[in-house]
Amino acid sequence: MSSEIINTSVEEYKKLVESLHSENYEMMVDLTVVDWFRKKELRFEVVVQFLSISKNQRKTIKVFVDDEDLSIPSITDIYPSANFYEREAFDMFGINFLEHPDLTRILMPDDWNGHPLRKNYGSGRIPVQFKNAPKVE
Amino acid sequence: MKKDTRKNKFKDKFDFWATNSEEGGWNISSTDEGSQKMLEEENEKQIKIQTGTDVIDDFVIDEDTSDDERMIVNMGPQHPSTHGVLRLQAELEGEVVRRVKPIIGYLHTGMEKTGEELNYFQGPTNTTRMDYLSPLFNELVFSLTTEKLIGIEVPDRAKNIRILMTELNRISSHLVALATGGMDIGALSMMIFGFRERELILNFFEKTTGLRMNHNYIRPGGVAADLPDGWQTDIEEILKIIPEKLQDYDDMLLDNPIWKGRLQNVGILTTEECFAYGVTGPSLRASGHSWDLRKAQPYSGIENFEFEVPVLNEGDVFARWRIKVLEIFESLKIVEQAVNKMPKGPYKVQDKKITPPPRKRLDESMEALIHHFKIYTEGFKVPEGDAYVAIESPRGELGCYIVSDGSSKPYRMHVRGPSFCNLQALPVIMTDSPIADAVAAIASLDPVIGDVDR
Repeated sequence: MSSEIINTSVEEYKKLVESLHSENYEMMVDLTVVDWFRKKELRFEVVVQFLSISKNQRKTIKVFVDDEDLSIPSITDIYPSANFYEREAFDMFGINFLEHPDLTRILMPDDWNGHPLRKNYGSGRIPVQFKNAPKVE
Repeated sequence: MKKDTRKNKFKDKFDFWATNSEEGGWNISSTDEGSQKMLEEENEKQIKIQTGTDVIDDFVIDEDTSDDERMIVNMGPQHPSTHGVLRLQAELEGEVVRRVKPIIGYLHTGMEKTGEELNYFQGPTNTTRMDYLSPLFNELVFSLTTEKLIGIEVPDRAKNIRILMTELNRISSHLVALATGGMDIGALSMMIFGFRERELILNFFEKTTGLRMNHNYIRPGGVAADLPDGWQTDIEEILKIIPEKLQDYDDMLLDNPIWKGRLQNVGILTTEECFAYGVTGPSLRASGHSWDLRKAQPYSGIENFEFEVPVLNEGDVFARWRIKVLEIFESLKIVEQAVNKMPKGPYKVQDKKITPPPRKRLDESMEALIHHFKIYTEGFKVPEGDAYVAIESPRGELGCYIVSDGSSKPYRMHVRGPSFCNLQALPVIMTDSPIADAVAAIASLDPVIGDVDR
């Protein structure tokens, strides 16, 4: 089952999502981010999957986020299911979803530094941080 | 709806005692004066207080209370009925849950980051550990996505084995859901029964794949090994025993007044709420919408099997329990057909660049040795591109999104876990219901924390 891919910009993103919602795309299935570190001009690409149950179709929206402010409007008011996914994207990549009701870390501890799924966040090279752990010199 | 019926029930019950009301007045005059007169402690209000029926839910729900009567209670992360390490922060008013916030991340192990470090051949080892109750589905979705990126089709026998194994896995996963759901509500026999029957299937898995869970059996290009000798007899036994045992569950629970009282009209989820919060799988089908990816967007040749999609309209915890029992029957049908029409032939793609050669060939063929070495050291390269593939796991839509940059490791590997999304509906289910129903609500959504946190 292939899905139609729509590339759009941050400005038109929310309008497009609203039109999809009115076109009977009932579910926002998945929202994730790809980090094109030093590979593409703009670094972060937000990929959102939509599913229309009545029409049995899928659509994918891809948006590149500006490197300066890393922000994109939240679609939680249109699709409440975006809530956890946007929090996850914020936690893992540091994307700001504007007007999100509760944009906090979801998987990592609240006081964690950095965004683990970014490509310049090496795996296995950073000492493990624990909340309130005593410092050992 | 639920509140009103309860209120009326109690009103009818206590009308009998309202002897000094107008309707019952003639009754007094027909007998000796005084004999019908109630004692002070026997009037309607007193009896209500004594029997405890005066404190029904409406008592607190209708009234506004001040903030200092509200109480924040933490449930979990170490709590037996939270199915792992789910933590709920609930705001209680008396016994009523006013707001609830699921807090997750206690089992987060960075599997998506690990997925970028492992090549496609090692990938299923990682994804199989996500949803630990349905590991074969995780392997299948990863393999299907990789195959879509490469553009290969696996042989018919591999497809059929995949369907056979995943549907058996669906049965074992639903059995655990029934078992733990029963345990949470107090039906401890159900817990023992569910785990006992699951053992049959896990024994078959152990025989086939070598492990009881985290199999790493379904791999890109086919399956790891052929079915063991005498597998038909094992499955015949499963097909014979499980329907009998399901009948036992129905005898025990289907008309059980306590079970029905605890589950019916509790934790109602409407179809619209399911759409809004992205709830899929058995929970959506229990809310009256027939949506199954096996029928709508078939994968791995499941369109050749005959089965039905059970749908219930109530949308309550009872329906979500019942639909899992019905789905086990449908899965048994698929397993039976898979046994009968198991095609002969290779169980993996014959492309030596993707699947390793058989072990025996290594001693006699230099070329086989090179292919084996290449696959096990650096894996195989996948063309550039991205793909999203979704399958129907026991909990809903399980999707996998892989971005490839042309190397032998995924550039980005993301798994859309159904439990993660379904968990968002938990506040909707639990709000304004008694705390006693909360445990039933969690069990009915059947979240697996390994799938939530990844």
